Amino acid sequence: MLIKMLVLAIAIGMIAFIVWWFFKNRTSEGVAAEMNASDQTQNVEVVVNGGYTPNQVVLKKGVPAQIIFHRKDPSGCLEQVVFPDFGINAALPVNEDYTVEIDTRKAGEFDYACGMNMFHGKVVVEP
Amino acid sequence: MSIQKRFVVSLIFSLPMLINMVLMPFGVQLPGGTWMMFMLTTVIMVVSALPFLRSAWAAFLNHQANMDTLVAIGTATAYFYSIYAMLNGQSVFFESAAFVITFILLGQVLEARMKKSASNSVQKLLNLQAKEAEVMRDGEFIRVPLNQVVVGDIVHVKPGQKIAVDGVITEGHSTVDESMVTGESMPTTKSVGDEVIGSTINGTGTFLFEARKVGDETLLAQIVEMVKKAQVSHAPIQKTVDKIAGIFVPTVLIIAILSFVIWYVFLGASVVNAMLFAVSVVIIACPCALGIATPTALMVGTGRSAKLGILIKNGEVLEAANTIKMVVFDKTGTITEGKPVVTDIIGDEQQVLTIAASLEADSEHPLASAILAKAKAAQISVSLIENFEAIEGLGIQARIAGKPAFVGREKLASDGDAADEFAEQRQELQQAAKTVVTVGYAGQIIGLIAIQDVPKPSSKRAIAALKQRGLRTVMLTGDNARVAQAIADQVGIDEVVADVLPSDKADRVEQLKESAPVAFVGDGINDAPALTTADVGIAMGSGTDIAIESGGIVLVKNDLFDVVRALELSQQTFRRIKLNLFWAFIYNTLGIPIAAGLFAGLGLILSPELAGLGMALSSISVVASSLLLNRAKLTTA
Repeated sequence: MLIKMLVLAIAIGMIAFIVWWFFKNRTSEGVAAEMNASDQTQNVEVVVNGGYTPNQVVLKKGVPAQIIFHRKDPSGCLEQVVFPDFGINAALPVNEDYTVEIDTRKAGEFDYACGMNMFHGKVVVEP
Repeated sequence: MSIQKRFVVSLIFSLPMLINMVLMPFGVQLPGGTWMMFMLTTVIMVVSALPFLRSAWAAFLNHQANMDTLVAIGTATAYFYSIYAMLNGQSVFFESAAFVITFILLGQVLEARMKKSASNSVQKLLNLQAKEAEVMRDGEFIRVPLNQVVVGDIVHVKPGQKIAVDGVITEGHSTVDESMVTGESMPTTKSVGDEVIGSTINGTGTFLFEARKVGDETLLAQIVEMVKKAQVSHAPIQKTVDKIAGIFVPTVLIIAILSFVIWYVFLGASVVNAMLFAVSVVIIACPCALGIATPTALMVGTGRSAKLGILIKNGEVLEAANTIKMVVFDKTGTITEGKPVVTDIIGDEQQVLTIAASLEADSEHPLASAILAKAKAAQISVSLIENFEAIEGLGIQARIAGKPAFVGREKLASDGDAADEFAEQRQELQQAAKTVVTVGYAGQIIGLIAIQDVPKPSSKRAIAALKQRGLRTVMLTGDNARVAQAIADQVGIDEVVADVLPSDKADRVEQLKESAPVAFVGDGINDAPALTTADVGIAMGSGTDIAIESGGIVLVKNDLFDVVRALELSQQTFRRIKLNLFWAFIYNTLGIPIAAGLFAGLGLILSPELAGLGMALSSISVVASSLLLNRAKLTTA
């Protein structure tokens, strides 16, 4: 009986943890792209490992931009990266850099996601 | 290590356990017993399952959970519990972990294959491009790679060769197979002045053409770009799915914990059984079927329509096309050919045409070109004329072979009061909204020529097909009511809105939108405002000048029947998306309770292996269902 009470308590604790860990809103600050003065471009690296880190990048409008994806995660879930607004659907190689060119002619917030739309990231183009 | 390799490893190492399971009832045992199973499963866990665990951990650190989380937790629970049970001499279920991994990897391998075939339509389009072109450089034709062809180059095309870029023929003639770009199956005849499209195939003739559009500017490049965007776009219906997917995995974990607690604590089941229920819940609840339901269908649907010369811009347009209740058409150039042609000749055809064509030979008037085209088709040669005189608002008169001749209004007849035996016929033709010109020779009226902008051959069938689908058809035109009504009667349009100024078209569409969702069909250049105002804008193109930006749906061919096909394809694709989502949801809403042991009282339970198999099948069935869109029947012209 004691064991069962203990199991119940642990289960309740685990559920509480899951709710707190996954459902609590966590917003992260965007990371600004590095400006490359020599050739007037900007680029930013995003590590793909169980999600996109950082999951929000900030770009300057009108400056040609590149996002360099570095996929460490072998999961098939993160194999593709899809930018619906730019018509980009790229397969990311594991443990290699893959560069995606971003059209910065329009300002705004553009979401991107993995091929199954489970993991999300955001590109903010600031005027 | 690739998914394929991981699958092969787990298959090889789980086979002995599968054989063991089958032969168990006959008293045959795997040598080594439990220890053997432990070793086989350990290899699978380390080689094939570790990537799932690593990915699940990385996602966990980001406060995210995905299907890898479920696979990792499910199999790790089964595996580590079995080690504990083995050391304590209790029954183990190593094979569950092994089989689940094998099935899920099998599912992923098959899914990857099918997804590839769903997305390769764009690649196929790009592969159509010619690799080289024979270009005039310094007075000589030399072969250059495609990317070195520039605007203004004169390109030489031999029989059977691919046309490199878009351009206009400057010398020679041929037939060209344009099916790969426009979907038009019949080869088209081309001669000097006609446009040719890059990547289409030349027939038996040889010709030279001047490059007008190269690189990203070509029609094919634009089509590829549009299809690419469409394939990765999101349908609005996806938003609901995204919301669910976001909380799906953690919710499933909670359900799994609850089922363990309920079985073990409240129903007094053994730890092993309670754990099996919990593991089954975790394994069966794969959200990936939900995730791929919309994108795969969208990919196949838009890819297939592109092959038919129908470009659907994105998922939003596709969804909107389903709600359409009314189709509004522009008249000139959309329902009709857009240029007047001779429809009737009254009197002696040969003589009437000869006189009329001779008089009109140098005129630029659209009516004149209709007459000349007809004369050319009838192989009539023009006679010499003298004393040419154009009379404003009336017509032309001159002398042919010494006798006076005229074409235009009947008033030009020299004997104004001469018996006009054609009066009745003239009136009849005019009532049918045709423009009638009178032809006279040697003081007599010798006949009439009726000219009209006729409907395209496919218009009547297309409108009948739309009406059959329960859609109301409306014609919007700047022409007067009589002409508009005559055309409407010929093609069977329900309603006519005539005398609309070009600038008012968008307003009229706005008004029509109040009663029902509207699709507007027009050409992309003049009708751009109306196209954007309508719920769905369908831009018709012809040749290389397709205003791809103007319509939600762009028809490459200038064929009204493609409107029917476009709506049909959108509907089928959208229906498939809904079907996919329905199955993905049903699968989870039924699968989870069964796996949790809700129906255990009825003897209906799901082992983790079966749950793994079911999960693999769910995503495979969704992708397969999307691929079936390629085979869905369409109304053919």
